Amino acid sequence: MLEYPFTRSTGPVIGAFLTGLREGVICGIRRADGTVLCPPLEYDPLTAEPLTELVEVGQSGEVLTWAWNGEPRPMQPFDRPFAWALIRLDGADTSMLHAVFADSPSDMSTGMRVRAVWRNEREGHIADIAGFDPVDADLS
Amino acid sequence: MADDPLAPPAALAGDVTVPPAVAGAEPVQSVCTPIRLSYTYTPGKALSRYLRAMAERRILGERCGVTGQVFVPPRGVSPLAGTTTAGVVELADTGYVDSFNITRVPIERRPDLKPPYCSAWIVLDGASVGFMGLVINIAPEEVRIGMRVRAVWKPDDELETSAANILGWEPTGEPDEVIDDYERLGRADPGRA
Repeated sequence: MLEYPFTRSTGPVIGAFLTGLREGVICGIRRADGTVLCPPLEYDPLTAEPLTELVEVGQSGEVLTWAWNGEPRPMQPFDRPFAWALIRLDGADTSMLHAVFADSPSDMSTGMRVRAVWRNEREGHIADIAGFDPVDADLS
Repeated sequence: MADDPLAPPAALAGDVTVPPAVAGAEPVQSVCTPIRLSYTYTPGKALSRYLRAMAERRILGERCGVTGQVFVPPRGVSPLAGTTTAGVVELADTGYVDSFNITRVPIERRPDLKPPYCSAWIVLDGASVGFMGLVINIAPEEVRIGMRVRAVWKPDDELETSAANILGWEPTGEPDEVIDDYERLGRADPGRA
């Protein structure tokens, strides 16, 4: 076993994103053209301009693409098979990688709606979001 | 910012605006992201022999057929000549401290290593290279290069096929080894007079 207990400094932008997670809100950051990046970046990926305006985005969103993880490993978000997915949250224009708690690949589809599931104990870490649950289209 | 190339960009200077839900909260400034690699090692023939001998409190090295040097732990090849080794050599469980280090900072998950402790390269009698181990049963400050040491083994009923059978190396009390760096670097015949 090799192990390195890295601690990273987050800076004001990623730090605000993680602070938001601890408080139970998800933040993106606004670009000059009004579009919102979530997760937030410190720089505009097209113009390289510094970005400073963090905004709250929704806690539900749309699966843009996904991959089934049939054999989860230790430290992954779930100890049963689940889906990795790129999720575009409502109010955001980019997508976030996270886990979707579905029972089987047949429950997953591109374009499906999902909603964040929060952990009760939150510390300012991406894992404060336990994962995303599928949202029944008829009930949402 | 354009005027002063040394000024940090606004995003990194902390000049950011945040939603109300975040504004009043204690800001997160760091995040722990541990990295782990869990692996299984296949020792191969030479190290298998060496590990099985360890279970019998014996230390095996291997001799290079070209230079005569003896390597331990053995890998089946000579790192200098690039050839397969010429034979197995049983080494004594005594030797001398070639170089050492005193650690004063504890390591997470190794509560058994209580600082300050001394880790050392031990040159076994009959070997051409150092062998890593802890120097024990002596204050770390008293350890010195050239000091003669012997292996302290686990009790018989705890022996495994592992170099961890050697708990550490303790002073023998013999006179210190006189080390000639030039001779050591090019040593062809590691046999002690």
